[in-house]
Amino acid sequence: MDKRLERILPRVQKPARYVGGEYNEIKKDKKDVELRVAFCFPDTYEIGMSNLGFRILYGIMNNMPGVWCERVFAPWGDMEEELRKADIPLYALESGDPIGDFDVVAFSVGYEMAYPAILNMLDLGGIPLHASQRTELAPLVIAGGTAMYNAEPLADFIDLALIGEGEDEVPELLELYRRAKREGWTKSRFLRAAADIQGVYVPSLYDVTYNDDGTVRAITPLDGAPAKVYKRVVHDMDKSYFPAKTIVPSTEVVHDRVTLELFRGCIRGCRFCQAGYVYRPVRCRSREQAFQYGVEACKDSGYQEMTLSSLSTSDYPGLVGLCDDLEQFCRESHVNLSLPSLRADNFSMDLMQRLQRGRKAGLTFAPEAGTQRLRDAINKNLTEEDLHQSLRTAFSGGWNAVKLYFMLGLPTETDEDVLAIAEMANHALHTWRESATNKNRGVRITVSTSWFVPKPFTAFQWEGQITREEYERRVKLLRNAITAKAVTYNWHDGDTSFLEAVLARGDRRLGKVLELAFRKGAHLDAWSEYFDLSRWEEAFAECGLDPAFYANRVRSQEEILPWSVISCYVSDKYLWHQRELAYQSVPTPDCRTQCSGCGANVVEGGECSRG
Amino acid sequence: MAKLRLLFRKEGRTVYISHLDLLRTFQRVFLREGLVLRHSQGFHPHPLLSFALPLPVGQSSDCELLDFEVDGQVDCAALPENLNRFMPEGIVAVDCWEAVRPIRELDALRCRVELIYDGGVTPETVQAVQDLFARQEIVIQKRTKRKAMADVDIRPLIRSLAFAAEGDALCIDATVAAQNPGLNPALLAVAVETCLPEHAPDFVRVQRLSLMDGQEMPFR
Repeated sequence: MDKRLERILPRVQKPARYVGGEYNEIKKDKKDVELRVAFCFPDTYEIGMSNLGFRILYGIMNNMPGVWCERVFAPWGDMEEELRKADIPLYALESGDPIGDFDVVAFSVGYEMAYPAILNMLDLGGIPLHASQRTELAPLVIAGGTAMYNAEPLADFIDLALIGEGEDEVPELLELYRRAKREGWTKSRFLRAAADIQGVYVPSLYDVTYNDDGTVRAITPLDGAPAKVYKRVVHDMDKSYFPAKTIVPSTEVVHDRVTLELFRGCIRGCRFCQAGYVYRPVRCRSREQAFQYGVEACKDSGYQEMTLSSLSTSDYPGLVGLCDDLEQFCRESHVNLSLPSLRADNFSMDLMQRLQRGRKAGLTFAPEAGTQRLRDAINKNLTEEDLHQSLRTAFSGGWNAVKLYFMLGLPTETDEDVLAIAEMANHALHTWRESATNKNRGVRITVSTSWFVPKPFTAFQWEGQITREEYERRVKLLRNAITAKAVTYNWHDGDTSFLEAVLARGDRRLGKVLELAFRKGAHLDAWSEYFDLSRWEEAFAECGLDPAFYANRVRSQEEILPWSVISCYVSDKYLWHQRELAYQSVPTPDCRTQCSGCGANVVEGGECSRG
Repeated sequence: MAKLRLLFRKEGRTVYISHLDLLRTFQRVFLREGLVLRHSQGFHPHPLLSFALPLPVGQSSDCELLDFEVDGQVDCAALPENLNRFMPEGIVAVDCWEAVRPIRELDALRCRVELIYDGGVTPETVQAVQDLFARQEIVIQKRTKRKAMADVDIRPLIRSLAFAAEGDALCIDATVAAQNPGLNPALLAVAVETCLPEHAPDFVRVQRLSLMDGQEMPFR
């Protein structure tokens, strides 16, 4: 280990996250390696090591002969300070080598608030921030992940973005890079060739002009770059890689368990949900294979907890059968099986009760909105009766803590909708009184609200986020309406949600703001310990840009959206139609009941949602 | 099967794994090997695993002991090698036997404390440190369990010391009390920093070497 590192580690919190060496870490002999990837997660080790996508791609890249992919995470503030003071560049955990020495520096970007961490990690690695300052082929800075459906705020900094799922796309790109390196290509030749790989978006190959009002006038492809960049997806989940043998962190991480992915995509089509649209169509792993992977992963890791994961796990077609199989294995090997993201329906509750052994932790449901009208508007297919039936089952089964999640500021929301949230909580309390088996233990009902952030590639991509004053008024309205002592109300801090709304639908002019905010100290803004909106407000003012233009403005149907070069196959026409249905409070049936013609079926040759 | 005792080393990058994380790691290592640990019988059953002397984060060791109980028969001789296939880098199982002696008979810990001076070790420093530990009483401040600072005399907890200058390090071969109360060998360096600020080292490395009973024989 680097002697300088040995000096600083005793002084930082949780040093185990900065040293690597975990079980199943992949080490390669440098003389057999011709392409080195520094795979960066722009958040802490505990968050990054909990990310299944990160593990999948780590496995896929390292399965390529001659390629060595190593992990890099954002240091916590104390470690960052020590690294800077000791002049140690940010390094990869496997080899300890500085990230500036790698061929490719790849970021996995799941959420907008991670953008400052990307700049900070490049800076800590001594890598010039701007793509234009990096004239050589190496290090090539690339980014992928859900947030990259709109990569525009990062356009100045990254060389290219990978749109969609990386399983096939990443190896293709790395093979091209390997060839470019062998043959001594220039960076620009490589980028132009990379743009021909489906899913690769090279921001520098697109010229963006603006109207006087600040909206986009035109996006012009340069040098023959494709006019549309279509996402990539995995077609057959049974043939796709699953990290059954994967790194087991030696220190506790957020999701410290086996995560068994059952399917990609979601049949529900909630109109606010970006994942619900961009991960279409639904693709299921077979029940047999899911079972086999689950068992293999438990045995290899020694984990005693397994969770079934997907966007809406209770919609997995073979769920009961799979749980039957897993339950037996889990009982024999003392593994706890858990089901997250449950829908509040009878089917899920039966399953939940069956799987629950011993401790009965809290249950969480996400009705998202207080009235049926608004739930229809956002296409959240859940009735109040479903919820109360589920609560009755839960309370009579011995649960005594329930969390209910809602959003404030959804399009068409009125005060009536807000107040209905309080009624819902009261109703839940009433249900508890009626059905609880042991009232002496009391009950805890927690209502949490977040501030709705409109996202690209959703039916609400044209909407304005409600203003901060209005958001705060609605929070107060709800707070005053919640009177029962057993009901706790939590609401999201507004600063983060506002900035998220700005960055989510930003254009590339935000690059300047991002850089300035970073220079002012925005380094790990996904953490409230470090986030400070005032830095951003200053940065906006200095750049002459108005954050409300991005967050609160309603876009017209004709407006050219900054991310319009990208396509997730779901057509804008479809999204706009969904928006109109929202304003009429007309729900859309789920994909399994009836195809609504979103356009994503072309991925599967016209036939999707086999599940 | 009766209680078993595993001797293992903890070195390299793994020295930063904390006590609780190490406990979790071992639970998983046993499961990877297919060994089912015996669990406590309480309302929240937990596997019966315990370390003889928790090792402070950052210190390496050649002599860690882990007591555990399993259902069924175990081939003690083969176990260390089998477990090593499933360990994180830097944890190495060395030996395993049936735990006969109670941990309370563990009396002393032999260890190596390296006081590192980037500018090299001067004879004056060696002399000053030797003189310091020749005192009848060495009082330093130590954080108590209630988080307050208290004065403690560490001298009675030191059994023997030998000093040697090796390159840029002043190495102390120390034998200290292991428990009830024990002395964290890192406090020897704290004593130097407290009592001899002009000879404070730039860095300190601590390594546990072996465990002994009250008769100064190896403890197993």
